[in-house]
Amino acid sequence: MEFIQAVMEYGFLQKALLTSTMVGIICGVIGCFIILRGMALMGDAISHAVLPGVAISYMLGINFFFGAVFSGVLTAIAIGFVSQNSRIKHDTSIGIMFTAAFAAGIIVITMLKSSTDLYHILFGNVLAVRSSDMWITLGIGLFVIALVYLFYKELLVTSFDETMAAAYGLPVRIIHYFLMTLLTMVTVASLQTVGIVLVVAMLITPAATAYLLTDRLAVMVFLAAGIGAVSSIVGLYFSFTYNLASGATIVMAATSLFIVAFLFSPKHGWLFKLAKTRRQRASLQ
Amino acid sequence: MKQTAISVQDLYVSYFGTEAVSGVTLDIESGNLVGIVGPNGAGKSTFIKSVLGLIPRDKGLVNILGAPVKEVQKQIAYVPQRNHIDWDFPITVLDAVLLGTYPKLKWFRRPRKKEKQWAMECLRRVGMEDFSRRQIGELSGGQQQRVFLARALAQEADVFFLDEPFVGVDVSSEETIVKILKELCRHGKTVVVVHHDLSKAQEYFDQLILLNKELVGFGAVQDVFQPDVMQRAYQTPFAFMNEMGV
Repeated sequence: MEFIQAVMEYGFLQKALLTSTMVGIICGVIGCFIILRGMALMGDAISHAVLPGVAISYMLGINFFFGAVFSGVLTAIAIGFVSQNSRIKHDTSIGIMFTAAFAAGIIVITMLKSSTDLYHILFGNVLAVRSSDMWITLGIGLFVIALVYLFYKELLVTSFDETMAAAYGLPVRIIHYFLMTLLTMVTVASLQTVGIVLVVAMLITPAATAYLLTDRLAVMVFLAAGIGAVSSIVGLYFSFTYNLASGATIVMAATSLFIVAFLFSPKHGWLFKLAKTRRQRASLQ
Repeated sequence: MKQTAISVQDLYVSYFGTEAVSGVTLDIESGNLVGIVGPNGAGKSTFIKSVLGLIPRDKGLVNILGAPVKEVQKQIAYVPQRNHIDWDFPITVLDAVLLGTYPKLKWFRRPRKKEKQWAMECLRRVGMEDFSRRQIGELSGGQQQRVFLARALAQEADVFFLDEPFVGVDVSSEETIVKILKELCRHGKTVVVVHHDLSKAQEYFDQLILLNKELVGFGAVQDVFQPDVMQRAYQTPFAFMNEMGV
């Protein structure tokens, strides 16, 4: 109740709430495709890889959005290039490239002597969201949702059976980098809410929770968006009420929902499977 | 009216300098059910993937239906090996078959009632209409393969490529699949099947492609399925063929 009153009263809290809800939604949506393509680690990589772009944008005085998308996509291309053109496996290539990008980012930021900025970029500070940041996040969010809606068919078929998609003439590699670009944009939009280090949780956890609850991708996308949004709101409540880091509370909220689904999902939950096994064994007694 | 459905000239494919397919030349006429056989690592899958344009070729020309593959991709249906599919993917049987209608749908268009009815019709042809709402992982291996055949049927293609469609498939599903493939050929379609198990090869196919990196044999089944020809590809005595009464 107090929280709702505070939301009505304080502008900064309204901005935080709107921004983090949008972040929860788009992370959930993009996360579905990320986990179904087995690219959870890629999500982690791209989120870290935006750091040098953000730092250089600060240095040049341009909007950090452009630098971040640039360094994120460049890292995605470098990862693909190394794994396709050597015996290095994909996950190894990811490990090499994103830590390199992240390290470069830390060096640039240290040179700028701005350790508070670094802290906020890494861990998020949603209560300090300015109006301009909020509009960027909302803009990116609507843009990403629109693109996923328009290209849903292509995203579905390439995620499920890439060979078939390539065989009938879809440009699967371009679609892969298209998704990487969306992923980078979502990461950038999430920077202030959850921070670089924990973005991957918002990408993976709500999508994984939804995955346990349905057998249809379209339903999964909506569920993940909803779970992401709820996690953001609940997390923000705890962040505000107990003065905790917003990224951490939002992620803990998402994790709690995951645990509930993992245990109690009607079809894929652990308890359900346990009960089914029991019944089967009992019937054989 | 027979015409050349697939024409391959001097095809070479390699992976980082290791030759996988070497100098294959052959013409397949439409209306044929063609099996590709050969030992493990003979480049059977590589061959069809390069014919489909999925992996780059080092040399050679491939024409399908008289045109380069890139121009006729929507006339070609491809059924991948079963183990390349994530069977836990959140997709129902009907939605998986609906994917077969995607090649003919324009950008931004979704499958509608017409496409859904067509997908159901294709499911009926493979005898899987009662399973349309199941998640694909809940099916048996044979049922899964029938669903993927239904997806290929939904594409209304002229040329079909199937990669090891009978692995992990029960006998009755295998019979259903073969029956449908033969029917397609009777209607002038061309079907190419990568096949592992030699025991049924004679029964199933009109023609055989015998590969071991190079083209060892190609032609009517009874001409290729001879101990001396097979031996050249498999490099082992083909004693078992006698047991099979060849």
